[in-house]
Amino acid sequence: MPLPSYTLGVIEASAYAPEVFARGLPSSLWSEQQSEGRVEPTGSVAAVASPLLSLQGIGLSFGGVVALADVDLSVRPGEIRAIIGPNGAGKSSLINVISGVYRPDRGHVLLDGVSYAQVPTQRLAHLGVARTFQNLALFKGLSVLDNVASGLAYKVRSNFAGQVLGIGRSRGEQRDSLSRADQVLEFLDLTAVRDRLAGTLPYGLQKRVELARALVAQPRLLLLDEPMAGMTASEKSEMAVFVRAARDRFATTVVLIEHDVGVVMGLSDRIAVLDYGRKIADATPDEVRNDQRVIDAYLGVASDNEDGAGI
Amino acid sequence: MTAISSDFPSAPALPKWIAPVLLLAFAYGVVPLIGSSYLFEAILLPFLALSLAGVGLNILTGYAGQVSLGSAAFMAAGAFAAYNFNLRVEGLPLIGSIVLAGLAAAAIGIVFGLPSLRLRGFYLAVSTLAAQFFVQWALTKFSWFSNDSASGVIDAPRLSIAGFALDGAIGRYLFALTIVAILTFLAHRLVSSQTGRNFIAIRDNETAARIIGIPVLKTKLLAFAISSFIIGVAGVIWAFAYLRTVEPAGFDLDRSFQILFIIIIGGLASMRGAFFGAALIVVFPLALSRLGGFLLGDLFDSGVLDMSQRIVLGALIILFLILEPDGLVALWDRVRRRLLFAWQST
Ligand SMILES: Nc1ncnc2c1ncn2[C@@H]1O[C@H](COP(=O)(O)OP(=O)(O)O)[C@@H](O)[C@H]1O
Ligand SMILES: [Mg+2]
Repeated sequence: MPLPSYTLGVIEASAYAPEVFARGLPSSLWSEQQSEGRVEPTGSVAAVASPLLSLQGIGLSFGGVVALADVDLSVRPGEIRAIIGPNGAGKSSLINVISGVYRPDRGHVLLDGVSYAQVPTQRLAHLGVARTFQNLALFKGLSVLDNVASGLAYKVRSNFAGQVLGIGRSRGEQRDSLSRADQVLEFLDLTAVRDRLAGTLPYGLQKRVELARALVAQPRLLLLDEPMAGMTASEKSEMAVFVRAARDRFATTVVLIEHDVGVVMGLSDRIAVLDYGRKIADATPDEVRNDQRVIDAYLGVASDNEDGAGI
Repeated sequence: MTAISSDFPSAPALPKWIAPVLLLAFAYGVVPLIGSSYLFEAILLPFLALSLAGVGLNILTGYAGQVSLGSAAFMAAGAFAAYNFNLRVEGLPLIGSIVLAGLAAAAIGIVFGLPSLRLRGFYLAVSTLAAQFFVQWALTKFSWFSNDSASGVIDAPRLSIAGFALDGAIGRYLFALTIVAILTFLAHRLVSSQTGRNFIAIRDNETAARIIGIPVLKTKLLAFAISSFIIGVAGVIWAFAYLRTVEPAGFDLDRSFQILFIIIIGGLASMRGAFFGAALIVVFPLALSRLGGFLLGDLFDSGVLDMSQRIVLGALIILFLILEPDGLVALWDRVRRRLLFAWQST
């Protein structure tokens, strides 16, 4: 495996063990990661790696509308994989299928070699998958810090009585989730808004908080549905830097939907192109840029697709 | 990068616990010395019971976002359960009856919370009406609950704790105050815990909550259970300390709406909101009847009072929903901030 020492098992085992946190979890893991060298996804090593995520013959329709038709996709560990395509091409549907929000009519999703007819949404975080949403899906009534800390809710094991009385493992859990949330806030340059209610932040910052909430669990697979939609050019490039940094530091595999072709070309290792629910290309940025079908279907009209609609 | 600035002038430096502690000191140390029995019987006892019911409903509706019109049913369940535990379990101390009554109300709350797993919003509210009608029907229909009393109205047991009688107005006030203070404190701890964050997460975005691994179904039922426990205990206070009788009639749909109005007017998702709202709901009819009597004399009989009360209250609720959806608490905080700001800049 090209992902040394950084598997979900390690994270789970270390969760809430104070002595591990005392070493400063993310930074120690990050530097370890970097010293062992980041995975080069397009290199020869990655070519032999088994995919972290693969979709096989996914088909999905809503009434008469075919959202996805016979889509295959294979994403290698450590890769940043973009999915582009015109509005309504089925990009969000694809992410909803991967995260179990939609059940495909046909086909299977393989996560880490395990095949699912429908990915169990409730277990998604345990499987090491986190996602953001095309339309903001923050908890507006929680502070930024609490939003991010809630990204660790899946591993909380204390019950409400312990939490109310402040006994048992609840104290340690509370401390650890807040300190990990703080670390991610710092990483994404959000510390200044830590205590603000998420709903009161400007749009661009809310998008970034959503990324923080997804990242705090240190997922192995991160699904980002238009994380830069509606942002200014400088916010977009800032976000691109964060996405890349997240991949580099957490060794996270990223599946990214984005309309801005410039951003996508610079950020991703491979690009899959959807059109009317079909995958019409799946290649490196350079190859995609020169693909006539892609130019016809999408790149020629890219400027019309700034604001996507749907989930 | 987007500019980040605080919306508000700097908050007062006092720690947050100061105000409740001072208030409690006043409620324990001063009020019993200066209060008249009218104050206790007509104002403070119903205020305390309704505040606690508001705290309970706020956990369910304000924090967890599940609308309920069954609050009075859970109050009734608590009151009748406490009565029967007290009556039928030999040697059970009063506190034991109250805790068991809360648990009984919680169990009923879980049952009637089951529809929340499939329904939301308006549809859920309507389904909680089932609790309202079913509990009232069962309590009227089966006289066992009222110990086969002919009228269905039964005297509540006399309050005493560790052999110490609390049946005077002041004693019942202190009894209610203590229970309300403890449960409110625990509720406050709850909503700022991980479980409380889960409640808000489910309220604000259920899909996102499920995706990040919050156990949505379990958390919803937990909200129903905890909320019903607290409302059930509020029912015990209502029956045992305030009315001193136990009867189904007082726990009707009107009462459920009253508690919902309390948290809407007071402020959703706020512990203080329940107290603000209850204060308004309790004091307002009394003030209105005084005012009406003063202005209109004998014309202002109980029928007119009842009608004008409903009209003014209805108007108030609409006004609040439109002008101050965050309730009296938000209003209060804004006024306080203004005053503080004015004071600081002089
Ligand atoms: N929940 C849904 N119900 C009905 N139709 C849907 C739903 N989700 C997606 N669709 C339809 O599926 C197609 C693909 O949508 P989507 O995946 O959102 O596209 P994209 O994200 O590429 O813009 C569209 O025609 C859309 O209307
Ligand atoms: Mg979309």
